[in-house]
Amino acid sequence: MTAVSGEKVVIVGAGPAGIRAAEILVQAGIRPVVIDEGLKGGGQIYRRPPEGFTRSPQQLYGSEAHKAVALHSLFDRMVAAGVIDYHPQSSVLSTAGNLLQALTPAGRKDFTYHRLILATGAMDRLAPVPGWQAPGVYSLGATQIALKAQGIALGGQIVLAGSGPLLTLVATQLLKAGANIAAILDTSSLHSQICGLPGMLARPGLVLRGFLMRAKLGRLYHAGVTLERIESDERGPVAMHWRDARGKSHVTACDMVGLGWHLRAETQLAGLAGCMFDYDEGWSQWLPRTDRMGRAGERLYLAGDGLRILGADGAEVAGRLAAIACLQDMGLPSPDAHSDLRRLDRFERFARSMARAFPWPRAIVRAVPDETVVCRCEGVTAGQLRESVVYGGAEANRVKSLARVGMGRCQGRYCQLAGAELIAEKAVIKTCDAGRLREQAPVRPLPIGDWVRDA
Amino acid sequence: MTSGLQPARSAGRIRRLAETGRPQVRFRLDGVDCAALAGDTVLTAVLVSAHAVRQSEFGPEKRAGFCLMGACQDCWLWQEDGRRLRACSTLIVEGMQLRTAPPEIWP
Repeated sequence: MTAVSGEKVVIVGAGPAGIRAAEILVQAGIRPVVIDEGLKGGGQIYRRPPEGFTRSPQQLYGSEAHKAVALHSLFDRMVAAGVIDYHPQSSVLSTAGNLLQALTPAGRKDFTYHRLILATGAMDRLAPVPGWQAPGVYSLGATQIALKAQGIALGGQIVLAGSGPLLTLVATQLLKAGANIAAILDTSSLHSQICGLPGMLARPGLVLRGFLMRAKLGRLYHAGVTLERIESDERGPVAMHWRDARGKSHVTACDMVGLGWHLRAETQLAGLAGCMFDYDEGWSQWLPRTDRMGRAGERLYLAGDGLRILGADGAEVAGRLAAIACLQDMGLPSPDAHSDLRRLDRFERFARSMARAFPWPRAIVRAVPDETVVCRCEGVTAGQLRESVVYGGAEANRVKSLARVGMGRCQGRYCQLAGAELIAEKAVIKTCDAGRLREQAPVRPLPIGDWVRDA
Repeated sequence: MTSGLQPARSAGRIRRLAETGRPQVRFRLDGVDCAALAGDTVLTAVLVSAHAVRQSEFGPEKRAGFCLMGACQDCWLWQEDGRRLRACSTLIVEGMQLRTAPPEIWP
């Protein structure tokens, strides 16, 4: 098939969703621009180590190795054949009108587009734990990236805490690699986990794999815990203080803590591009509003975990669907979407049950002591945030202006959801009524010299 | 209350679990000669021999990165010439001169 349209399509993100979107467009004779922050295509879950590393895909990705290899080789083939215009290590910082402004290794670069597919993925969803600002406390995703892309453990005696599939997976991978894990602390109770089970059977193979992994963790794993605080000295953590499901206090010595509660959609560019958002109770976060194909607005499409947290398999499907929608809207022939839409439904049933089984720890977040740091960037505490609700009002953007929660370098990515809970608790309103932080460009910090030099 | 527990500590924060056969790369951290392996990120390279990459501007604690995927911006550090870099998404290069605190010329 040859190109029958002069329209320029830009894909942001080269993870499972972005790669599959590119594939569909290429098959239709379009040469999309693909802009990605990574050194190599693959995204986070199928992240590849830099040159010179030698572990096999089986060692890196386990049971998912064949999927990782398929995506990597597809992407590398498209790059080698020149059928995509690929810009690695490049961050899109802003979008307005039909323009994307990016920072590339060669400096500032503007991209124009007719249609935009955002496949920006997700990041760890974090809840504040007293003491989590210490050096040596990392996200669970970071813990996994360190192992996968660098072959390292971020500490010699590790406590993993939080909830969700990544908790069990990272623990299993670290143990297999020879790391020393002191405890795996899940804030989800066994009761919650059992309640989520029926829906999770939409993907029985995954459930079985999860059970087998969990069984191997043995007595290191504890369900239904309450995390009290991370005790540190100047070098980092020395112990995790926690209570078990029966309320008994424990102190576990460690020099590194990995924290995470599932994922949070990365939606900054979607917001700047004009997407509407709804608070999703199931996933306990704001998610972009689209149709089933991923249409978010005029000439704007979303796919992958930046739209719905379905994981890598769901992202591949969503990437294809967004590209098909794009082709449909251009009036071009496109593959049939029905089987992918059915798969998406099944993945969503599974993911929603997973979210029920391993819930966002709403009650724990709302009850954090006043001295707990909520904003890691600028050290703003829960007490300062609560105080600003009293004198400033119960709205996230007001609280950001007054207490600076969400004003720091991460731009609210790690404090927004906890901040909304604290606002809601203080003002006795629903979490969704605390409001969503407005996006501000640039969505990544920008060395001013790079921008001025190349302008 | 403190636990009084003291886990065993080595020179740096990280433990290498695999892929240790890569060629060595030399760099300087706060004026001190250090060694890393080709393919290490700056964050990995620094945390082989240190426990943090910078001092927090807003609290008493040091920082050592957090997300390792370019989202949290916790791991920016300095080079001797004043430029800054994000340690988790930059690979170490032979001869890099890194600083955990701003150089004198930093405004």
